[in-house]
Amino acid sequence: MTKAKRKRLIYNLITFGLVVAAFFILQNMIAAKTISRSLKGQLVPICAWIVMAVSLNLVIGFSGELSLGHAGFMSVGAYTGAIVSGWLLEAFNMEDPVIRLALAILCAGIIAGIVGALIGIPVLRLRGDYLAIVTLAFGEIIRNLVNVLYVGVLDGKLHFSFLNKDLPEGVTMLVDGAKGAVKIKPISTFTAGFILVMITLVVVLNLVNSRTGRAIQATRDNRIAAESMGVSVTKYKMTAFVTAAVLAGMAGALYGLNSSTVVPTQFTFNQSINVLVFVVLGGLGNVLGSVISATFLTVLPEVLREFADYRMLVYAVVLILVMIFTNNPTTRAIANRLFAPVKALFRRKKPAQPEIGGGDAQ
Amino acid sequence: MTDMKKKHRSDTRMVPVPSHSIVPERDVNEIPVLETRHLGIEFGGLKAVDDFNLTIGKTEIAGLIGPNGAGKTTVFNLLTKVYEPTSGAVLINGQDLHGMSIVQASRLGIARTFQNIRLFDKMTVEENVRIGLHNQIKYDMFTGILRLPYYWKQEKRQHEQAMDLLGIFGMQDLADEVAGSLPYGAQRRLEIVRALATDPKLLLLDEPAAGMNPHETEELMENIAKIRDQFRIAILLIEHDMSLVMGVCEGICVLNFGRVIAKGTADEIQANPDVIEAYLGKKKEG
Amino acid sequence: MIFLDHLINGLSLGSIYAIIALGYTMVYGIAKMLNFAHGDVIMVGAYIAFCGLQYWGVPPVLAILLAMVVCTMLGITIEGLAYRPLRQATSLAVLITAIGMSYLLQNIALMIWGANPKSFPTTFINSASLHLGKLSISSATLITIGVSVVIMVALTLFTARTKLGKAMRCVSEDRGAAELMGINVNRTISVTFAIGSALAAIAGVLLCSSYPILQPTTGSMPGIKAFTAAVFGGIGSIPGAMLGGVLLGVIEIFGKAYISTELGDAIVFAVLIIVLLFKPAGLLGKPMREKV
Repeated sequence: MTKAKRKRLIYNLITFGLVVAAFFILQNMIAAKTISRSLKGQLVPICAWIVMAVSLNLVIGFSGELSLGHAGFMSVGAYTGAIVSGWLLEAFNMEDPVIRLALAILCAGIIAGIVGALIGIPVLRLRGDYLAIVTLAFGEIIRNLVNVLYVGVLDGKLHFSFLNKDLPEGVTMLVDGAKGAVKIKPISTFTAGFILVMITLVVVLNLVNSRTGRAIQATRDNRIAAESMGVSVTKYKMTAFVTAAVLAGMAGALYGLNSSTVVPTQFTFNQSINVLVFVVLGGLGNVLGSVISATFLTVLPEVLREFADYRMLVYAVVLILVMIFTNNPTTRAIANRLFAPVKALFRRKKPAQPEIGGGDAQ
Repeated sequence: MTDMKKKHRSDTRMVPVPSHSIVPERDVNEIPVLETRHLGIEFGGLKAVDDFNLTIGKTEIAGLIGPNGAGKTTVFNLLTKVYEPTSGAVLINGQDLHGMSIVQASRLGIARTFQNIRLFDKMTVEENVRIGLHNQIKYDMFTGILRLPYYWKQEKRQHEQAMDLLGIFGMQDLADEVAGSLPYGAQRRLEIVRALATDPKLLLLDEPAAGMNPHETEELMENIAKIRDQFRIAILLIEHDMSLVMGVCEGICVLNFGRVIAKGTADEIQANPDVIEAYLGKKKEG
Repeated sequence: MIFLDHLINGLSLGSIYAIIALGYTMVYGIAKMLNFAHGDVIMVGAYIAFCGLQYWGVPPVLAILLAMVVCTMLGITIEGLAYRPLRQATSLAVLITAIGMSYLLQNIALMIWGANPKSFPTTFINSASLHLGKLSISSATLITIGVSVVIMVALTLFTARTKLGKAMRCVSEDRGAAELMGINVNRTISVTFAIGSALAAIAGVLLCSSYPILQPTTGSMPGIKAFTAAVFGGIGSIPGAMLGGVLLGVIEIFGKAYISTELGDAIVFAVLIIVLLFKPAGLLGKPMREKV
C-alpha cells in the first residue's frame, strides 16, 4: 500500500472510530442516566449539524465553491420530512415511528436533491462571488416561499396552497404558513442521527477518494486544466452540489422531526453562515475537522449559558481571535515554532535522495 | 547531439501534400492528425490569429515558433477549443471541431500542456496523472461510493497505468508528493505525463523547455522523440529554445503578428529571410 | 398616481441601499474583501443618532454628525484590528472574521441598548410634505433622495479628481504597483473604510427615518440587500453600486405592491438571479478574462 493510501486509511478510520466511540459512550451515559438534560437534548441537533457541515465541506472544500444558502436545503428537508411524516400518520395510520422517520428522511433527501439540481443549473454558470451571492439569493427565496406555504391532509389526500390559506374544510394542517410545520409528532432519535452521520461519512469519504471525487477536486484546483483533460467542470460541480443538497435535506428532516414545530425563522441566512463557520474552522476539505467543529460549536453556546447575556459576545470574540491567529503570517510563525518539537515527533525522516532526471534550473 | 540531429533528418523526409503543407513521407497516406483551414480569431477588431493553415502528419513532430506575442498560445487555445474561432476550421483526424466544447475536443484525442503550468496543485502527482486517465479507465459515482468490486479493479488499473506513465520520466518515487510542492522542472514533466494519460492522437506542448538548462533540454528532446516513437502520436510544440526546435522538429511553422510567415524544414526556416527579419528586425539599407 | 407613489418610495429606499452598497463596493474594490460587518455599522450609526436625538437633546444635524464621527472611528478601528492582520490570508478567512465582527457589533449593541425595539424619532426629518397635484411626498423621502444624489455626485468627483480618490483607484487595481509608486496603502485602505462607515451612519439615520423601528438586528437585512445590490451592479464598480442599489429599492417596492408583500424579498432576489444569468459580472461589471 502506498504511503498516501495508508495515511488516508488511518484518517478515515479515526473519523469513523471517533463517531462510533462517541455514540457508544453517549448511549451508555443515557442508559446510566449520567447525561445532563441539556446535552441529551442536543444530541439530535449535533448529528444534524455534523451532516450539514460535512455536506457543505463537499461544496466549499472539495468543489471550491462558496455556498451561502445551505440552510435552504435544510429547510426544504425539514418541511418535506414534516409533511411526509404527518401524511403517513394521517392518511395511512402508519404508527411505527421508525419507518415514518426513515421514509421522511429519504423523501426529504430526494426532494432537496431535486431542488439542488434545479438551483444548480443557474448557479453553477457563475463564478466566485457572483456564485456565492446567487446561493444566498436562493436561500432567501426558499425562506420566503415556505413562509407562505400551506399544506394539509384530508381523506388521505395532500392539499397544497400558496399565499392564501385556501384549503378545504376540515383539513388537518401540516404546514401553516408563517406558523411553520405544526403538530409534528417528534420521532427523531439519537440512533437515527448516528446512522445518518455514518451514512454521510461513508458517502463523502468514499466519494472523495474515487474517480468522481478526484474530478471534483480537479475542477476546484484548475478549471481550464480539468476541462482540457476531458473533465466536465459543470457536471462535477453539479454532482458535488446536488450530493450536498441531498445530505442537507436529510439532516433537515432529522432536525425538524426532533421537535413539535418547525418554523421558517429556524433556517435563515444566519444558519447558513453558522454552518460556514463550522466548515472553515474545521478546515476546508477536512471531514474529520467538520465533525469536530460542528459538535464543538453546537455545544459551546450551551456551555456558555453560564455567561448568559455575554455568551454570544464571547463566541464572537473567540471566533475573531481564532481566525486572526490561525491566518496571520506572524502569529502562524510563532505557533509553528512553538509546535515544532511536537511535529518533529510525528515526521519520519526521509534519507536525502539524489535528484532524478538531473537538477532543475532555478 | 549532432548525431541525433542527423538521425532525425534521414529518418524523416518531408513531402509536400496537396494542401501546400509538408508532412513526413511515412504519414503521407494517413489522414493528417491536424488540419486547420484559414483558422482565425478576432478580439474586438484585433486579429490575434489570421488565416492560419497547418497540416500535421500522423506521427510528425512539428514546431510552432515566432517572436513573443505572435499568437502561438492563441493557436493552441483555438485547437483545444478554449477559444471559439471567429473564422476557419480545425479538423482532428478529419473531424471538424466546429461547435465542440473543450471536453469534447479532448475526447477526440487532443491534449496539451500550458505555458503557465496548470497542475492540480493541491492533489498528489499520481492523482494528477489519474485525472488524465479519467476518460480512459472509468467507473460511475455509485460504484465508487458503495466500493463495489469494479471500483477496486479499476482503481488498481489506474494506479498501474499512472505509474507506468510516470516511469517515462522516472517520476514514480514522486507519486505521493503534492503537485504544488514539486520543483519547476518536475512540474513541467508532470504536465506532459498527465497529458499523455489522456491517450491523445496529438500532443500540444507549450514551451516545454522553459526554464531548463542545456542538459535538461537535451533530455527533453530525447524524451519527446521517445514519446512519439513509443506512443505513435503526433506532437506540436511551441518553443523559443532553437536548439530544441531545430533538433527535434520535422516540420516548423513560423508565426508573426498572428499570421504564418514561413513553413518548412529546419534548414529551410533558418535560411528564410522573412523569419530572420521577424526575429532580428529589418537589415539596414546600404 | 399610485404608480408614481411607489416609484418615489422605491427611489427613496433604493437611495438608501445605494449609499450602503457604495460602502461595500469601495471596500471590496480596495481590500478585495466582503465587509460583512458593514450592515451593523449602519445599525450603530442609527443608535448613536437615536441617543443624540432622544436622550442627549442634541440638535438633529449634530446628532447625525456625531453618528458619522463614531462610525468613522469604528470603521477604522475594525479595519486595523481585525482585517489588516489578515491582508495575506484567503478571502474566506477574512469573510469569517468579518462575520465574527458582525456578531460582535450586534451583541455589543444588544448589551448596551437591549433587545426591545426603539422608535426612531422622525419628527425632525418628517416635518413637512411636498404636494404635487394628487401626489404627496414626505420630506423624509425628499431628503433621502436629495442626500443620496449629493453623496453619489461627491463620491464620483472624489474618486475621479482628488489625489486620495485616485490613490484609492490605484490600490484597487494593483496594490503592489501602488505601493511601489509611493502610495501609502494602509492609509488609503483606512480612508476607504472611514468613508464607507461615515456613509453607513448617514444610511442608518435615513433608513430609520423612513422605517423607524430600531433594534440590534436592524442593519442585517438592509446590509444583505445592499451587498446584493453591489454585486448586482458589478462588485467593485461605484456607478454599479449606485445603479444596483436604486434598482433594487424600486424592484422591492414594486414587487411588494403589485405581486405580494410577503414575497417582496423573494422577488428582489429572483430578479437578481435572472440578471446575473444574462450578465454574469453584474450590470456594469467587467467580466474577468482568464489568461490561458
